[in-house]
Parts: sequence; structure tokens; C-alpha cells
Amino acid sequence: QDCTFFTRKEILRLHGRYYEMAPNVVPMDYTKDPDVKLPMQLIINMPELKENPFKERIVESFSEGGEGSLSFNDFVDMFSVLSEMAPRELKAIYAFKIYDFNTDNFICKSDLEQTLNKLTREELTAEEITLVCEKVIEEADMDGDGKLGFADFENMISKAPDFLSTFHIRI
Amino acid sequence: EKDKEDESEEEDSCSQQNRSARRKNNQSKNSSGKKAGENGSCQREKGKKSPTKDQKESENKEKQTNKERKEGANKQKAGRKNSTTSASSNSSDQESLSEEELAVLMEQVEQKKKLISTMRNKPWRMVKKLSVLREAQAFVEKFEGAMGKGKGKKLYAYKIMMAKKWAKFKRDFDNFKTQCIPWEMKIKEVESHFGSSVASYFIFLRWMYGVNLVLFGLIFGLVIIPEVLMGMPYGSMPRKTVPRAEQATAMDFAVLWDFEGYIKYSALFYGYYNNQRTIGWLKYRLPMAYFMVGISVFGYSLMVVIRSMARNANESTADGDDDNFIFSWKMFTSWDYLIGNPETADNKFASITTSFKESILDEQESNKDENIHLRRFLRVLANVLIICCLCGSGYLIYFVVKRSQTFSKMQNVGWYERNEVEIVMSLLGMFCPPLFETIAALENYHPRIGLKWQLGRIFALFLGNLYTFLLALMDDVNEKLAEEDAVKNITYWTLLGHHNSSDGNGSTVTPPPIDPADVPRGPCWETSVGIEFVRLTVSDILVTYITILVGDFIRACFVRFANYCWCWDLEAGFPSYSEFDISGNVLGLVFNQGMIWMGSFYAPGLVGINVLRLLTSMYFQCWAVMSSNVPHERVFKASKSNNFYMGLLLLILFLSLLPVAYTIMSLPPSFDCGPFSGKKRMYEVIQETIELDFPVFVAKIFSCVANPGLIIPAILLMVLAIYYLNAVAEAYQRANADLKKKIQMQRQEEKNKRNNKASTNPMLQDLEELLTPKTNSERHPKQAEDKKTESPNRTSPVGKQGKAAPLPGSPMPGGRGAAFTPPPHVFVTQPPPLGVWAPYPGQPMPRGHPLGPLPGRGRGQPHY
Repeated sequence: QDCTFFTRKEILRLHGRYYEMAPNVVPMDYTKDPDVKLPMQLIINMPELKENPFKERIVESFSEGGEGSLSFNDFVDMFSVLSEMAPRELKAIYAFKIYDFNTDNFICKSDLEQTLNKLTREELTAEEITLVCEKVIEEADMDGDGKLGFADFENMISKAPDFLSTFHIRI
Repeated sequence: EKDKEDESEEEDSCSQQNRSARRKNNQSKNSSGKKAGENGSCQREKGKKSPTKDQKESENKEKQTNKERKEGANKQKAGRKNSTTSASSNSSDQESLSEEELAVLMEQVEQKKKLISTMRNKPWRMVKKLSVLREAQAFVEKFEGAMGKGKGKKLYAYKIMMAKKWAKFKRDFDNFKTQCIPWEMKIKEVESHFGSSVASYFIFLRWMYGVNLVLFGLIFGLVIIPEVLMGMPYGSMPRKTVPRAEQATAMDFAVLWDFEGYIKYSALFYGYYNNQRTIGWLKYRLPMAYFMVGISVFGYSLMVVIRSMARNANESTADGDDDNFIFSWKMFTSWDYLIGNPETADNKFASITTSFKESILDEQESNKDENIHLRRFLRVLANVLIICCLCGSGYLIYFVVKRSQTFSKMQNVGWYERNEVEIVMSLLGMFCPPLFETIAALENYHPRIGLKWQLGRIFALFLGNLYTFLLALMDDVNEKLAEEDAVKNITYWTLLGHHNSSDGNGSTVTPPPIDPADVPRGPCWETSVGIEFVRLTVSDILVTYITILVGDFIRACFVRFANYCWCWDLEAGFPSYSEFDISGNVLGLVFNQGMIWMGSFYAPGLVGINVLRLLTSMYFQCWAVMSSNVPHERVFKASKSNNFYMGLLLLILFLSLLPVAYTIMSLPPSFDCGPFSGKKRMYEVIQETIELDFPVFVAKIFSCVANPGLIIPAILLMVLAIYYLNAVAEAYQRANADLKKKIQMQRQEEKNKRNNKASTNPMLQDLEELLTPKTNSERHPKQAEDKKTESPNRTSPVGKQGKAAPLPGSPMPGGRGAAFTPPPHVFVTQPPPLGVWAPYPGQPMPRGHPLGPLPGRGRGQPHY
């Protein structure tokens, strides 16, 4: 409990969900500490994540190796960060990771374009996309390097009114 | 099964701990050693020696015996001052325990504790969190007991133990509390289908249910149950008996349905209560209790509403309302992660796209609104139309209530005539909101603003209706009061006549008492007001449920099944499925609560009805919304509307307080029913209690306090205080705005500078380019560290030093963090097993020195 924002019951429920996804792989009994990971395909099909345009990124940024398969610990960690009780700073860190598509620790133009395409299902024209990306960079980039570092991102996100209410998943 | 799972879960973490502990056996030693070493290095600077000692013992303490330690110490030959652990575990060393070391240890323990409590906020991998947590817990456990000295030690240990127990209890209690929150899953399900705005209605409903449960407990526990248990039984006196004329039909369903007959003369209504000062063997002062509960219902509700409003306001202060980041926010925060339903997701995608397009358009051609006049005209027109509607409905209700008064004087009126007022009010409540919505379509507001307008209008409608109703009721009450005087005389004469007749018979026996059913009695206006409110509530419940059933469910069924054989597409075309009407539902709830507040003084049972209503409507509406509604076309968030609901609630609470306070303060209570009968005003019950039950000086104090000479200055003082606080708040706000402006200017300046640099000063730019790679390369190690968190060879304190500092901050500290971290890495590479250390005590020395690049230093013991 000290590691997450969940109560015991919630952790058990999470375990139930985790078990449900692959009953033949995941053991009920974690006493022997099996080294089990579920592949990304199973996890992004959870109803909570299914409709999320960033589902792959979410799973990837919480997986230990970065390739998308989650152990139960990572799984709990993911929903802990996305829970209501998690503080803004922690959420901001992971949000940054999620939106950083190419994992270079900066949100650059290509990341922004990908985000935008996912958000709008590629319904904007190319000019519109570039315009929006430029706008975003212009707004949020404080140190002027043409891309958003974590400090820029945090500064921006900490002022956003809706960030906390939207960046959480109830489970 | 569940238990087993529980256990396995519990053990799961344990086993992981074990594994990680095993895996990290060396490292943890190493790490705490390093910690101690750090301390040691400090000490060394102060001329003290034996960091190694410190470190070694801190690790071996548990396993090794004192003797071994001493041997090791001897071998080492270091004239150790003392090691914290040996001092703590070994009382013989106690005199050498220096204060500052104790303080250092204390600090360490505190640090660890803090780490434990903030663990969940760290962005680490779970495996790492678990291992660090376990280690810190072990550390704290180990050293906590060692803190106290001598005789204070036991007390300290005891305190620590109690604190631990308390923490555990608190955690269990929290677990229990979260389990007790009802309908969490239901709401979550709704939320995932319909977005947060619909869910906010259900959360509001749940909150309301909680408040009403408390009110229900108050009224039932302090008024109804004592009266039923200890008061005079039914039929013992006129006010508790059905009059002779009504007795034949008192049990008919039609009569009961109108809350006449037996229900009217039950503890559900005001009239049933007796004006006896004390009842039962407890000497329970029922009239007093009735009065106080009536007041505390309002007091409690006010408190709860205001408190939750304040909490909401506190939460929302973080909202920056500067519009610097329109696009960024749209980009990064517009997706609602709660959405889990394909339809909602589709809608959300569409709305995000349109909102992007809108803001792009805004950006491209700022403020080029060609038909602003048309829009303004439409808005004015809409408002005029709505005001007409409001006036019309107000007049209609007034008319109906007036008519119902004439009906009530006639005999043999039909069902419709008797319930006309309720029916008309419910119909208005049913048809006006959609009408308003249609009119509001003219105005073309953003849905969030539109929702507020809609709420405000419906609120005005309801309020107008309610107050018209109240005014009409007041007329009624005044008439009844006039009637009462007449009845009072009749009653008096009847009783007198009875006595006279028995006297006239010449019998000396006391006259046989009149049967309570035969005594003529007054109209008891309080009960009739209570009945009105109960009727209104019940009809409101029915209309709500029927609307849901017909308007949503039947319509959905029709659309769904008739679609196969219809000439146009019903689902996409005209009737389609209904959307969940948030504004109407919220207002229905608020309005209903207002009636409960007003009516509960005259009908204590009303709160019970309301609790039932909220309970059923939770399930019913959840079902209805899931089965027959479709998500909104434009999904929007209700992030700030919560306080808006609360504001409405507060307003209606205040407005419903007014009539009740008026009746309490300035209308005479009925002479033959209710707890205050026989008094001139209801509040006299307090004066009576003060005079009879309190010592004289208290009465004096009260009379002094009630003096207008004191009250007026007090009110003045309060007004001034409010004014002052308001001024202060305003000043703060202005300061806030100034600061914000300053920040913005600074930013602008920076940008300008940068631009200037870029254009005018190529040399500087070159320099910058030279610098940036460097900073980047400096940053990278830190970022690499993020990735490396899972690497099993890392020690935890490194993580703490290296990561806790740089990550939350700007990249600047990151560079520093990178500069600091390498040394620990060096240590990690050579983790010596525990057994090796003791024989070669010299070796760990350099390891204890975080910056110590000289491995040979440790062997230079002869120096000392």
C-alpha cells in the first residue's frame, strides 16, 4: 500500500482483472513470485484502455523494458499513477513519458504531430497540423530550443485546469 | 477463495520483498554503509574517526554478537569514539554516545520515514519501490527502538509501538471507509459511458443521499422515536385521534393516498405531537427537542453545503485562467482518459477535432464575427421568450392554487380537483425545461455556458413556482387562523357545556370524559402545510419516474424495435434516443431538497420519504441511463460545475429557510395540536426552558444578549468584518494578477531577447550552440538514470540522491545530479560480501567516502 494509491481491496481487484486477461498464464498465487508478463495486446484490450488513443504509449511507458509487456507490478503501478489520488507532479511525469513518442526525453514536433493525429483521427489537414504544432511550441517552449523539455511540459501542464480531471482512469 | 487470494496477495509482496531483499542483500548493506559513511565523512572533517566502524556495525548489528564486534574493533585498532549502533544496543557504551550522532541517526530515521510516506509519489518502477520500501522499513524498525536513552527508552519504544498500531489502525479504517462508499462501481460504469458530466450528477445524488441520511437520523432519533415510545399513545387525546366524522373512511386507500385519515393523525405530521413539557421517565423535553431539531436541520445543511463549497473552491484555485496555453492544453489535456465506450469516444474525437478547428479559425481570423447583430438579437429574443414563459407559469400556479381554495370549501370534489395544484406544477416542471432548451438553441452558446444558462432559467422557473405556491399557502394559512379563533370558542363552549350538563344532573361524580374523537377541533394549519409538502414531494417523485419510464425507456424501445418497419430512420432521424438531461435532473434534485427542508418542520416524516426516494432513484436512474440514453453529442467536462450545483443548493436552502423562520417567529401556532400548542409563538419554548430549567443568572444573561442594543452592534461588527475580509481577498487577488502579469512579461521579454539574439547576435548564437550540446549531454545521464531504475545492481540511496532531486525540478539540477551520481556507481561495481568485511576492516573505508577517489586512504590507518 505504501507504494501505490490503492487500498488492499483495490489491489486485489486489480489482480482479478490482471488474472482475467490470461487465466492460463497468470497464477492466482503470487507467493512464489513468478516472473509473468502480459503482452501489450492483451492489456490494451481492457475496456478502460480500449478507446484511448494513447493506449500503446501508456502501456509502453509503464512497462519495464519499454516494449509494452507488463508484469503485475507494472500493471498496479500504471493504475496507481492514473488513479484520482495521485498528485499532479507524478501524473505530469508520466504524461510526459506518454506523449514522448520517440522516447528521446523531449516532446518534439514529430511527437506533437503524432499526438494530434491520434486525437483527431487524422482529420486535420497537413497545414492545420503544422500550424497547431507551431502554436504549441510557441506557447509552451520556455527555453527556446524548439522542443518541449520536461520543465516546459510541467510548467504548462501545472496550469492546465482540466489535467487532473482528465488524466485519470477509474478501475 | 477470496481469503486465499488475499493471502497470496499479501505474500506476494512479501515474497517479492524477500527476493529483492535477497538479491539486494549486498547492496542494501552497501547502501546503508554508504549512508553511515557519509555521516562518517562529516565526522572525519570534524576530526573524528571511524566511519568504517560506524558503517560496519550498522550492518552487522543484527547478526553479530557483541564480542565479535569488539574483536573487529580491536583488530581495527581504531580508537573509535563510538558507533551509534553499539551505543544504542549496548548499554555499556552509553556514556560515550554523543548527542550529535544521536541527532544524525534521528535525522536518518526521519528521512526514511519520510521516504516511506512519500514513496507513492516517486516515479519509480514498482520493483524498485518495493525494495526501497522494504529496506527503509527495516531500517526504521531497527533504529527506532534505539533512539531513547536510559529510562526514557522504554517509554519511547512504547510510544513508537503505539504510533505504529495507530497507523495500522488508521490504514485499516481507511480501507474500510473506501469500502463503505456506495455505488462506486455503478458511477464508474456510467462515467465510462457518458463522460464526467453525467457522472457528476450521480456523485451529487450520492452526496445528497448522505446529507439526507444524517437529517433522517436527527429527526427520527430525537423526535419521532421518543414520541412514539414515550409519548401518550394513539387515541388518548383529541390531537392523536381521528375525528368521529372521518373514522368510517380513515382506512380507505384513496384517503390514505391523500395523506388524510390515519396518516394525518400519525407521528409523521406536526399535529400529532403533544405540548407536554416532558415525556416519559427520562423527562425528555419533546417540544424543546422538536424546536432544536428543526433548527439544527437547517444548521447542519448550511454547514455541510458551505464546507463542501469551500473545499471545491480550494481545489479549483490551482486553475490558472490565463490563456497562454490554448493549444497546448487542447493537445495534452483534452482527451478524457475515463472514456471507455466506443460511442462516447467517437463523439469525443469529433468534438476535439471541431474544437481544434474552431481555435484554428479563431487564430487565423481573430474576432471576425460577421453576424454579431443577428446573434445578439437572437439572444435577446430568447430571453424575452423565456421571461414570458416564466411569468405565464407563475400566473398559472397562482390561479390554480386560488381555485383549489374554492374547491376545498366545496364538498364532493373529484380526484383531479383535489390534486390540481400538484399536477399543474409537475406538468410545468416536465414541459418547461425542454421548451427552454429549444429556445436556448437560438442562442448558440458553448454547451458548458449553455448548461449554466439553462440551469439558471429552470431554477428561476422552479423558484417562481415554489414561491407562488408558498404565497398561496400563506393565504390559506391566514384563513385557517381566522377559522381557528371561531373553533377555539366552540371548543371552549362545548367543554363548558359538557361540564354544565354533568353538573346539571346533580351527580357529584366527575363527569365522564368526552371521547377524544368527538371534541371539535381547529384546522391545525401546520399539519395541512405539512400535508401539502408531502403531497407535492410524492407527486414529484411519481412524475419523475413516469417521465423517465415514458420519455426515455418507452421511447428507446419504440425507436429500437419500430425501426425495422418504419419509413425513415428512427435512430438517426426525428425521435432518436434521448440524452441524459443533466440540468433538469440536477435542478429536480435541488428543488426537491428545498421542499424537504421547508416541509420537514411540519412533517417530520418527510425526510424518511426523501431518503427512500433518493435510494430508489439512484438505482432507477442508473438503470435508465445505461439502458435507454445515448451519450451527449458534444461531450464536455463538468469540471467546475460542481460548485455551481452547490451554489444553487445554498440559494434554495436560504430561500426555504425564510418561510420557516417566518412561521416560527411571527405566526401563532394552533391551539390544539402540535408541540407548541398553547403558546403565542413557537420560539417561546426556548424562553420557557431557560426560565424553568436553568438557573436565574443564565436567564439574565440570555435576556441581556437578546437585547437589541447588543444585537445591532454585533451585526454591525459582522458586516464590517465581512467587508474587511472581502477587501483583503480583493487585494490578494490583485496581487495575484499582478504577479501573473509580471511572469507573462518576463516570458515575453525572454522570448524577445532570444529572438533578438537569433537575429542580431550570431556570435552569441554560436556560443549557445556550443553550450547546448553540453547541457544536453549533461542532461542525458540523468535521463538515462530514469531508464536504469530497474537495473538490479543499483543501490537505493543512489536513486534517492540522484533522482529525487533532479526529476521534479527543472533540468538544471539534473546536471548537478549527474555530477553527483557517478561516485556511487563506482561503489556499486564492487559489492563485497558481508563476511569478507569483518576480517579486513580497512577495506570498506574508501567506500564510505562518497567523494573519496583514493582507495589507498583506508589502508593508511597508521595515520590515525
